[in-house]
Amino acid sequence: MKEGFRQAMAWLHTWAGLTFGWLLFAIFLTGTLSYFKEEITQWTQPEIVPHQVSAAASVDRAQQWLQQNAGDARRWFINLPDERTPELAVSWTNAKGRFERKSLDSLSGVPVQARESSGGEFFYRFHFQLQMPYPWGRWLASLAAMVMFVALVSGIITHKKIFKEFFTFRPRKGQRTWLDGHNAVAVLVLPFHLMITYSSLVIFMTMIMPLSILTTYGKDTQTFFDDLFPAFKSAPAAGTHATLAPLSPMLEVAREKWPNERVGLVTVNNPGDAGASVTLTASGADHIAHQPGTALTFDGVTGELKNETRMSAASLLLAGGLYGLHMGHFAGPFLRWLYFLCGVGGTAMIGTGLVIWLGKRRLKHARSDVIPFELRLVEMLNIASMSGLMLAIVSFFWANRLLPVGLAGRSDWEVKTFFCVWGLALLHALARVFLRDGRTAWREQLTLAALLFCSLPVLDAVTAGSYLRLSLEQGRWVLPGVDLTALATGLFMAWGALRFRGDGKAALAVRPTTPSTGEPLSPDAPGDRVIATRTPIVQEPR
Amino acid sequence: MSVRWRMSVASRVVAALIGGYLLTALASICLARFLPLVRAEAVVLAMTVSFLVYLPAVLWCFACRSAWRAWFGLLLPSAALAALYAVSRWLL
Repeated sequence: MKEGFRQAMAWLHTWAGLTFGWLLFAIFLTGTLSYFKEEITQWTQPEIVPHQVSAAASVDRAQQWLQQNAGDARRWFINLPDERTPELAVSWTNAKGRFERKSLDSLSGVPVQARESSGGEFFYRFHFQLQMPYPWGRWLASLAAMVMFVALVSGIITHKKIFKEFFTFRPRKGQRTWLDGHNAVAVLVLPFHLMITYSSLVIFMTMIMPLSILTTYGKDTQTFFDDLFPAFKSAPAAGTHATLAPLSPMLEVAREKWPNERVGLVTVNNPGDAGASVTLTASGADHIAHQPGTALTFDGVTGELKNETRMSAASLLLAGGLYGLHMGHFAGPFLRWLYFLCGVGGTAMIGTGLVIWLGKRRLKHARSDVIPFELRLVEMLNIASMSGLMLAIVSFFWANRLLPVGLAGRSDWEVKTFFCVWGLALLHALARVFLRDGRTAWREQLTLAALLFCSLPVLDAVTAGSYLRLSLEQGRWVLPGVDLTALATGLFMAWGALRFRGDGKAALAVRPTTPSTGEPLSPDAPGDRVIATRTPIVQEPR
Repeated sequence: MSVRWRMSVASRVVAALIGGYLLTALASICLARFLPLVRAEAVVLAMTVSFLVYLPAVLWCFACRSAWRAWFGLLLPSAALAALYAVSRWLL
């Protein structure tokens, strides 16, 4: 019975991992990049130079600009700059209810003159919206997260000798090496994997698991959100005009009330109306838990502090804590790199899993020249989803430097480049896998990716050298940091390309030992007793 | 791969996806009702922990002996939770 259970879990792990592996690889890789979202945006918009400006001065400039350009808006949002985000981002809901956004220069208070680029925001949005219309991308990403959770736990159950085998790594042994690597990276970063997967479900829980809101609050779901975030309860406009009080003195009050926290967001309801109110929320960079319920509310006309709320209930802190841990806004440079490396580990775990699935099944056909269609299909998707995605990512950065700065719809062209290159990589993998062999496709795509990543610093120096020089002179490491990371990535791609030299007969010739019972990815593991009628899971070639 | 085996796998997948969701949603509804907390907090906690119900439900669907058992094992506790919730609404 016990072994039957373990085998069933192995089956589940194998097939859940295969069917969602390609999508999860892309989600994990773009999510990993998103830990450096602000830094990537700084690289893609090198014109925006960070200045040391006080929060009070920034908010004054934002207020002035919004007064002139969005005086009739229902709501203003002012995101204050910090050490990672040089821009002063203002957004507002206009009289027609549409949401608009502008980046201001924190020094001069006028809209920044930078090349149009979505930068890190593109990878961040793709990570959970998958470039699909709302809400389908979020639902698909959430489904993938649940499958990831199932694959993780079924993998742990399958992997019997979790600690003993953790110290086992057998290099250059073909299939064994991939499995050892898969297990090592899975166990080493296991707490991160579990945290990141579970928290992603919690982040979207009001969308994907909303029935308890409906049974508790009925149709009036807004009351639920008002209960949670009383400071954001929207009061109706009074309808009479009144001048908005200056915002910077309110920041002074916040500094007294919250000596250890900075204000991150300023929300103004009904600006220019007698019923205006201003809400200050703390910056996410100062504590782990996401606390949108902790706020100071001011009267928008008199400027007096009206209300002070603190999100302190344990259940809200649990959900907010998971949210904050996932986002990592609180992380300093060291922890941010650790997050990045954990993300790379998760991506590698998914990638090695996909490679193992294919490798095990290909071994059966090592002696014949015929590889069944479904194995070729998987190989094609493996190549397109891994090396193809790396090519798409690096093309995005190349497009950012090569597209004319004044091009209309420039940021869309960057995104189009990303998807066109990804599509071309898929076609290339298709042609190579079905007409020749997969190793050639891997080698060619990884070589091209290596070249493009390694030469990105050169491209940056040639096309945007003045910004690079300025930032080095001022001791800012973001721009060179992105370049150096690209170089390191390129070297890794080159190492990968070298592994695919030759025709691969030697690699396939390495025969694995008899599969031990605890092997996670046993292709023939029968799912359960009905399945245990010895039906092979893999279809033999006819 | 026999047709029967394919049907069994398909049935288990649907059971895991739909049946598992049903059980999870009902568990979160009951938790939100019975947790001794302010209602907004109870709802948040119920949603936060609900995926811990989904996980074993999915594992059950692939670990049990037959697809029928998978469905039975999800629908029975779902019915019990639904009844519990309905009775509490009716009595209280």
